[in-house]
Amino acid sequence: MAAMLDIKDINVYYGAIHAIKGISLTVNEGEIVTLIGANGAGKSTTLRTVSGLLTPKEGEIKFLGETISGLPAQDIVRAGISQVPEGRRIFANMTVMENLELGAYIRTDKEGIEKDYQMVFERFPRLAERKEQQAGTLSGGEQQMLAMGRALMSRPKLLLLDEPSMGLAPLLIREIFNIIVDINKAGTTVLLVEQNANMALSIANRAYVLETGRITLSGDAKELAASEDVRKAYLGG
Amino acid sequence: MNIQRKNDLMYLVLGLVIFGIVYGLMEGGMIGSFWKLNIIIICINIIMSASLNLINGYTGQFSLGHAGFMAVGCYVSVILTTNFHMPLIVGMLAGGAAAALLGCLIGLPTLRLNGDYLAIATLGLGEIIRIVIMNINYVGGAAGFTGIPHLTTFPWVFFTMLVTLFFIKNFVNSTHGRACIAIRENEIAAGAMGINTTKYKVMAFTIGAAFAGIAGALFAHCFYIINPSSFTFMASFNYLIMVVLGGLGSLTGSVAGAFVVTALSAALASWPEFRMIIYALALILLMFYRPQGLFGYVELTAFKPFRFLDRTKGGRE
Repeated sequence: MAAMLDIKDINVYYGAIHAIKGISLTVNEGEIVTLIGANGAGKSTTLRTVSGLLTPKEGEIKFLGETISGLPAQDIVRAGISQVPEGRRIFANMTVMENLELGAYIRTDKEGIEKDYQMVFERFPRLAERKEQQAGTLSGGEQQMLAMGRALMSRPKLLLLDEPSMGLAPLLIREIFNIIVDINKAGTTVLLVEQNANMALSIANRAYVLETGRITLSGDAKELAASEDVRKAYLGG
Repeated sequence: MNIQRKNDLMYLVLGLVIFGIVYGLMEGGMIGSFWKLNIIIICINIIMSASLNLINGYTGQFSLGHAGFMAVGCYVSVILTTNFHMPLIVGMLAGGAAAALLGCLIGLPTLRLNGDYLAIATLGLGEIIRIVIMNINYVGGAAGFTGIPHLTTFPWVFFTMLVTLFFIKNFVNSTHGRACIAIRENEIAAGAMGINTTKYKVMAFTIGAAFAGIAGALFAHCFYIINPSSFTFMASFNYLIMVVLGGLGSLTGSVAGAFVVTALSAALASWPEFRMIIYALALILLMFYRPQGLFGYVELTAFKPFRFLDRTKGGRE
């Protein structure tokens, strides 16, 4: 079976800085795959390249057999990839509902959209309580939920999550990760970028370890979590 | 949609009533020629500030070159009406189209810039337009273009202003408008939602430029002479003040801002030395006590006594 997302040997630069040095990775349908690594390893850059916010200088990204590298972000969303950006980036001056409406920006099927509002509110009951509230007044965890709900509104086949645990309390992190597992069980493939390697490895099927723009280790998430090298470098002993 | 149309109708009636009163007072000789001219200028400035608000307030792209587009509309229209004896409407449409074309061409490269950089680029653009005009002898160069027919009348500017406000209001409330507001709120998130950010930025810039061009055409035909010095950086800055004073992202704010600034500077015309001081003081005080502008992000209808004007509130369609 061909992989859902197939990244082949991409190189990404910020001006003269060579941020991603020949990364290849695959994500199969139905999986949760995580990229872990220290600050500046290139995790977010990889994700932003997949979603089209950055363009690789070399290499190719294929999604469901079609080449998507080089396409503008809006076409990649239409192809079925939705990103929850780092730091949530909700529309702070709009209400929760308006944020979700914008999530469904590319869709035109009114009934399907209505249904998906219900789906999002069932998954995040706290958002349902705060429908008409300004998104900027939500707590950090609620904003993360809103960002995820908003991304789900485009009904993606592949969901890209960039540091969903950033700045959240441990209890909330657990809640968010449980939701990620639920979303995955409901049929959405997930590519997760995390600093919190412990949490990420506990829910992922497979993982890649990034170090200064290169993949240094990859494999089954459970095995990686048990391996000496990873434990030393990322899991605090 | 039906409620929207009813709303539009109500605004139209309100607009006609205001028109009737002001026009009646003008024809009845209750308003002298000094204020008559200033009312026309207020209407033109409302077109300018509303169109600049679409770019700066709704789409969040900081433009400092709005007077440049006005200049383009101004000169294109006077060439047509004075040298080729076309009617005013042709001059207005051609002026608007020329400004829109320029806005689109220039928007494509410059709108890749953000924040301060875009402000500097548009500032330079406005100056370039002015200096180019100054060096074209066909339009009189620095001495100005003379012999322009006096075609702008109060009904012309008032109804053009109404059309502008209706167009921008409906644009902002459409899918395209939502996309523009999403870009203002967070460009990266908007892109991640599947919004073609470049397209909408250029679209807002082009529409804003088109209305500035139309306003320029109306402005030109108020006087017998126009001069490139009317379109300096200070003029762009003045429109920016109207938008910020009224509230970025509020159309009623733009109307109020244009009205207050123009009326204030007209009222202070006899004391020109105090004008800029009072101006500056008003802005400093406003930034202290209401940094979001007179209206902030909301429209007049958000306030209780005026809520009857908007029937769409209190239930989504």
